[in-house]
Amino acid sequence: MFGFSSLVVRMSSSSIVEAPPKGGFSFDLCKRNEMLSGKGVKHPNYRKTGTTIVGLIFQDGVILGADTRATSGPIVCDKNCEKIHFMAPNIYCCGAGTAADTESVTDMVSSQLQLHRYHTGRESRVITALTLLKKHLFNYQGHISAALVLGGVDCTGPHLHTIYPHGSTDTLPFATMGSGSLAAMAVFESKYKEGLNKEEGIKLVTEAICSGIFNDLGSGSNVDVCVITKGEKEYMRNHLKPNPRTYVSARAYTFPKKIEVLSTKITPLKELAQVVEAGDAMEE
Amino acid sequence: MSRFSPYDNNGGSCVAIAGADYCVIASDTRMSTGYNILTRDHSKIYKLADKCILASSGFQADMKALQKLLAARHLIYQHQHNKQMSCPAMGQLLSNTLYYKRFFPYYTFNVLGGLDNEGKGCVYTYDAVGSYERVGYSAQGSGSVLIMPFLDNQLKSPSPLLLPAQDAVTPLSQSEAIDLVKTCFASATERDIHTGDNLEIVVLNAGGVHREFMPLRRD
Repeated sequence: MFGFSSLVVRMSSSSIVEAPPKGGFSFDLCKRNEMLSGKGVKHPNYRKTGTTIVGLIFQDGVILGADTRATSGPIVCDKNCEKIHFMAPNIYCCGAGTAADTESVTDMVSSQLQLHRYHTGRESRVITALTLLKKHLFNYQGHISAALVLGGVDCTGPHLHTIYPHGSTDTLPFATMGSGSLAAMAVFESKYKEGLNKEEGIKLVTEAICSGIFNDLGSGSNVDVCVITKGEKEYMRNHLKPNPRTYVSARAYTFPKKIEVLSTKITPLKELAQVVEAGDAMEE
Repeated sequence: MSRFSPYDNNGGSCVAIAGADYCVIASDTRMSTGYNILTRDHSKIYKLADKCILASSGFQADMKALQKLLAARHLIYQHQHNKQMSCPAMGQLLSNTLYYKRFFPYYTFNVLGGLDNEGKGCVYTYDAVGSYERVGYSAQGSGSVLIMPFLDNQLKSPSPLLLPAQDAVTPLSQSEAIDLVKTCFASATERDIHTGDNLEIVVLNAGGVHREFMPLRRD
């Protein structure tokens, strides 16, 4: 009986033209991939940003910081990537986890915030961005591996939040995330105090990121910093470059060994066909 | 609940280049596990005999055990023969030692560099269970996949199948070889997270053993 009813459903659904999907993820290949991994097929690696990202609240607003290394397993695939993402003119967001997830989730929420601003004609609030991000991440039960540090200044003052991949959030005066979070938090825990000025804040953020860069293998290269204050922001891309190349050969490189041609044979793809027109078709 | 694993991978890269009358052996000094650096100053190069130097990467405890075992075997050899072991002999001994533990291997990736009986540079390269080959140059360890293609491009060696047998030593001068090794490691450190901190270069020639260091990226 079950078989019969399911057959009917299948027949009727096949006669209806399916509407194109409205958006969101496609799960079409999940069954297939499960079957393949059951048979021992390895899945490809994603680009993870084994990262150090931090943020702190200082006397005039929020400072965010990030390293610039992106890795795929033990290999560095980007030596100078951007991990501080734009959310709104007064809100930025640092991302750790799978690079594609952090980028897409911040882009998506950023566009929702823009639409919300068009609708209301007011500046975005950090709490709005926070709610949109955590709702989305909770919906996907941790499968979207984005660990975020969200910071910004709105009409209610400066705000700093962390968001975990499963959708839980924290509201903190100073925060760290990513594989270098412990190294960075060690610096914050020992040196953070309330009411830092801008210079002290930037120095502390830089030091925390450097701690991650040098002590965590997943983090490296340069320091990016973003300072957000009331009505103003300063994005300092590559604020510090503590890792220059240590050796450049004085000799010029040559690639001397040419590939030896042992034999040559050219096979034409096909004889060129000549098409002869047989009289004028419009004659009669 | 994960089962206990007797192995760890402590990363690191090793390179050796043989020349007409010298041999360059180099490795970085970083020891790491996972995303953590255990120390920035751990030498992976071990002098086994006067003209025989071993560079190994992989699992530090196995590296240490292997070095101690080879040193003990070499001491016995010296008592029995009243001379230092030659590099080709040490090459064979290392292979036998690794294969002896075929089914519970030393998790080490070795390059043996030195001078042979005629004073020519020689390099032996190994896998973890003792397969070995005499070559003109080699790279082992976490950065080997980045270094080896570069060495292949710069110092293409003759096929070992050619008859009569061709000399595997590289045509470079000693200073050119050292320059190449430094470039290899500076580049590998850019892209391999387990390679870095410092580079230790040991040069072996008729004049004896010479050692130098070069800083690498520390991130």
